[in-house]
Amino acid sequence: MTTHMTVATTTDPIDMFDDFLIRALFAGVGVALAAAPLGCFVVWRRMAYFGDATAHAAILGVALSLGFGVSIFLGALAVALAMALTVSNLSERGYGVDTILGVLAHSALAFGLVAVSFLQGVRLDLNSYLFGDILAVSKSDLVVIWSGAALVIGLMIWRWQALLTSTVNRGLAYASGINPKREQQLMTLGLAIVVAVAIKVVGALLIVAMLIIPAAAARAVARSPEAMAFGAAGIGALAAVGGLGLSYQMDTPAGPSIVCAASVLFLAFNLVARVVLKDAR
Amino acid sequence: MRLVTINGLSVKHGNHQALANVGLTVDKGEIVTIVGPNGSGKSTLLRCIIGAMTPDSGTILKAAGMRIGYVPQKLAIDATMPLTAARFLSLPKRRDAAHINEALQQVGADGLQDRPMAGLSGGQFQRVLLARALMDKPDLLILDEPTTGLDQPGSADLYTQIEHVRRDTGAAILMVSHELHVVMSASDRVVCLNGHVCCHGTPEIVASAPEYRALFGTGTHGALALYRHEHDHHHHHDHDDAHDCGHDHGSH
Repeated sequence: MTTHMTVATTTDPIDMFDDFLIRALFAGVGVALAAAPLGCFVVWRRMAYFGDATAHAAILGVALSLGFGVSIFLGALAVALAMALTVSNLSERGYGVDTILGVLAHSALAFGLVAVSFLQGVRLDLNSYLFGDILAVSKSDLVVIWSGAALVIGLMIWRWQALLTSTVNRGLAYASGINPKREQQLMTLGLAIVVAVAIKVVGALLIVAMLIIPAAAARAVARSPEAMAFGAAGIGALAAVGGLGLSYQMDTPAGPSIVCAASVLFLAFNLVARVVLKDAR
Repeated sequence: MRLVTINGLSVKHGNHQALANVGLTVDKGEIVTIVGPNGSGKSTLLRCIIGAMTPDSGTILKAAGMRIGYVPQKLAIDATMPLTAARFLSLPKRRDAAHINEALQQVGADGLQDRPMAGLSGGQFQRVLLARALMDKPDLLILDEPTTGLDQPGSADLYTQIEHVRRDTGAAILMVSHELHVVMSASDRVVCLNGHVCCHGTPEIVASAPEYRALFGTGTHGALALYRHEHDHHHHHDHDDAHDCGHDHGSH
């Protein structure tokens, strides 16, 4: 009986993931879902550039992981996290945030690119980390992506009210017994996880697009923070599916195609909001 | 009943001594107003009380189980965040609709619950902030320049609301304000701050203190005289808690 069941289960669902396109779809949707609630905060807190810095640092993380032979996910996560924490700590000390980000983001990217050039004997397609290589996502990549996504979504649900309060006003947060610095650190951790899981899907240069564009598209029609987060998840997932479809049909690069689809949705939602919901704001 | 006792509070911002050896008490049901020029540490003091800042030295003793309601100085809700007044009142604790309506009614802001925060007028916005601060029935309401950005009638309105809060709930009120004439008429005690406590006491005592005049001139005396005339009967406070600056002004 046991043998029977094993045979029955191994054929159906595992086979499904043998198809690279199915794996790509699940990878894209997983990243879109994790990026959605976090992307809303990136938009509300005006942290787009902060997200970019974190994502660029991940390239350095990739180079280091390849050099030391550790998992790329862990390397990217560690360097992205280090970058994010450095930036948040420096900005607390009164440096101009734009300047810090400009220095650190591009330094990390440049050092990453130089470090990659030192890696001999490792065949490395740099493009796949800059622009993603979603069609090469393996089953174990999928496990990493969905675990990371579940972790980030769980974190967002757990801290939602506290994060919203801190985003609205730090003083209000303190007066309610919330430490906005701690909330910011947790959000930074979430951002680093999203960067680490998304690098394979859309690449370091386009991660921020997956954070911001779906959230900004959802803003056009949302009347509450929750609606905006769910809307961003839906729009992001739709962009992943649409972009992959486009890539499959027209043989275009997958990561950029997903971002193109998200941009088209952004435009469509804004036009719809203009016409239908004149007072959406 | 004593709600807050502050002793020897000092805070440094980098090399700048924002607060030096500040002492302050707030009792149940009284309105205490902090006045002082820009950069005199007024907001810093409030931030220490709500726990947003850790003082370098000194103590802040709060009554056990005391609930604080806080209205921050500047609150700009980014237009990218869709937030209705009702949703704002549900931060960080979820509230039911009845509770939200009641709080809005209490400050004369009924009907605003479904309006986006970004679309409210200055006066409406401040009322919603006040409503949020009152959700937990605070023992102490702390307001940091609550009338910033309001016109004269709007700010007079808000001060009336604040008075009503004290009357209806018995909450003590600690606020920072720039509007000296209003402060003088609406406060039980005034603390004049300039890095340290220059002088404190009833509005009359503070207004006639040389330290206060040195900071604000005598320009407010007209308004104060008017106020004295109108509210003579109101002053059950003897000047027993006069300032500690060593100047004896007595009543005259």
